Amino acid sequence: MADMRILIIEDDREAREYLAKAFRESGHVADAAPDGLDGYALAREGAYDVLVVDRMLPKLDGLSLIRSLREQKVDTPAIILSALGQVDDRVKGLRAGGDDYLPKPYSFSELLARVEVLARRGTGAARGEPTSYTVGDLVLDRLSHRVTRGGQEIPLQPREFRLLEYLVRHAGQVVTRTMLLEHVWDYHFDPQTNVIDVHVSRLRSKIDKGFDRPLIHTIRGAGYMVRDTAK
Amino acid sequence: MTPQSSFLPKLFRTTAFKLSFAYLVTFAVFAFVILGYVAWNATKVLDSQIIDTIEAEITGLAEQYRLAGIRRLVAIVDRRSRQPGASLYLVTNFQGERIAGNVGSLPPGTLNEAGQKEVTYARLDEDAREHSAIVRVYILPGGFRLLVGRDVDERVRIREIIGRAFGLSLLLICVLGCLGGWFVARRVLKRVDDMTAMTETIMAGNLDGRLQIAGTGDELDRLAQHLNAMLDRIGELMAGLTEVSNNIAHDLKTPLTRLRNRADEALRGARSAEELRASLEAVIEESDNLIRVFNALLMIARLEAGHQSEGMADFDAAEVARGVADMYEPVAEEAGTELKVEVEPGLPVHGSRELLGQAVANLVDNAIKYGTEGGRPAAAPVTVRARKDDDTVIITVGDRGPGIPVDERDRVLGRFVRLEEARSRPGFGLGLSIAAAVARLHGGTLKLNDNQPGLEVQLCIPARAAGSA
Repeated sequence: MADMRILIIEDDREAREYLAKAFRESGHVADAAPDGLDGYALAREGAYDVLVVDRMLPKLDGLSLIRSLREQKVDTPAIILSALGQVDDRVKGLRAGGDDYLPKPYSFSELLARVEVLARRGTGAARGEPTSYTVGDLVLDRLSHRVTRGGQEIPLQPREFRLLEYLVRHAGQVVTRTMLLEHVWDYHFDPQTNVIDVHVSRLRSKIDKGFDRPLIHTIRGAGYMVRDTAK
Repeated sequence: MTPQSSFLPKLFRTTAFKLSFAYLVTFAVFAFVILGYVAWNATKVLDSQIIDTIEAEITGLAEQYRLAGIRRLVAIVDRRSRQPGASLYLVTNFQGERIAGNVGSLPPGTLNEAGQKEVTYARLDEDAREHSAIVRVYILPGGFRLLVGRDVDERVRIREIIGRAFGLSLLLICVLGCLGGWFVARRVLKRVDDMTAMTETIMAGNLDGRLQIAGTGDELDRLAQHLNAMLDRIGELMAGLTEVSNNIAHDLKTPLTRLRNRADEALRGARSAEELRASLEAVIEESDNLIRVFNALLMIARLEAGHQSEGMADFDAAEVARGVADMYEPVAEEAGTELKVEVEPGLPVHGSRELLGQAVANLVDNAIKYGTEGGRPAAAPVTVRARKDDDTVIITVGDRGPGIPVDERDRVLGRFVRLEEARSRPGFGLGLSIAAAVARLHGGTLKLNDNQPGLEVQLCIPARAAGSA
């Protein structure tokens, strides 16, 4: 998904410029603000798709900023960046109205993947989720919990179904391992071993095995993407 | 010994000396009261004896007067007056002029009234020295007055004796008290000085030093014992800290070195964009690993600081155990083993689902990593059990691997500790530390048991009371 408008509110100059540059190189439009008040003003005026908000900001801290925006009915999705990575900090961040939370240090690919997912949700395209998803010749029916590919039914375990559902819902977008862990298992910790990879490779063996075009792609250094390469 | 100039003031300030002084004053007051009481009583007894004697004599003399008249009385009084150690006698006419007796002078008016009184007088046969006496005046029929008295010098002497005794005992109390106080204070002072000297060397860095125990079991010994126990604990903590620092240095240096080498290699060796890219990706992966280590360390520090209230909620530990087992099931299968899950339904606890999930994940991860190798094929499953025992929820993760020797079990809970056999495998040695810290945060424990063979890790946390659901 290209051409998002992203507002970066970060007081550290180096980090701010790095993020702006990286988002622009990824094909997006990025503005940046060095403190909470500037950021608040920009976020209220500009039509942004996603806000990237550092938690500790001069003048107005990140959580207060988001809380104020929400009170002003500004619903732009916001992702909070924080050096505090503990469970209770995440809870506080989400309670303040943040939509996602990423502890520092993060990898840019992780941030980008999350920002793209947030942006799409924000545009309303995914509001009111469809009852089924289709990627190429794969159809996932959310109501009957059935998956078919090329008209052929693929039996999946409930966990595999949830995994695939999340992947196809974000078809065409990068989905990172931690995002999968968060949405399929509802955990935010670091599983140390390549737990997610094992699950995905299992799923892949059921979905892609015996078909010409693989649908589940590994994005090096980032995560996975479901995509129909024929398109 | 310490020079007098600094020793004496120090001595006076010691508790022992102050106590001695207080006792000394108390005893002095006590002695004064007792001796005073004795003196008062003795005087009273003496006085009543004197009064009795006087009474008897007056009665006798009055009788003589009644029977034989004034001449006879004068004769008897004269004779008695001259006896050595005689009482006081005086017979006067109604005008107060002396007829017989040994009393030279009396305060004026003494003879005007009958009755008993205490007066000062002087004897005839002596110089004009005045003495005190108890006298009784008796008015005889015919206007003659008869006075019989007795000197109370004895009373004065007894008071003197007792006064001297008091003075002597006061002196004795003072001398003994001071000596005792000095002795005790000096003894205490010496031991305290010894302790101070020792603590100074310890503070200077000699953590092996210990205070001397005199073996008397007194309060100073007890204090020394406690201080020594404290020093032992500090020593342990220091050793732990040193070990942790060493481990951190080692375990962080290794990946940092690798990181540096990769970057260096990319700079020097990469010939194509492809190779450069691969090197950079490896660099990023390596730094991600480092970040993980730091996150884990921070997490332990936060957990051990013990404040985590926001994320605390009621949840079902059974769901966590099942969920984590489910998460690792394919991992186990890939490692050539299987996960056996025996979880009782409905295990309510209060705490952080996230943290408990992380702890159980670490345990399962370890069990799969270390419990399946060592030649044992898939016939050795990893078991995940969760049950409720009274008011404790017990989650056990068992493997059939080489296990951990009994004497190493405490150690592996420490940070970065990895047994020699594990050094070659991936991991940071923080998993068990985190699990233990999570257990502690929830008011529970983490125990390592023998699974015969293998290792069984038991995570116990208090169950939420049914009433508070």
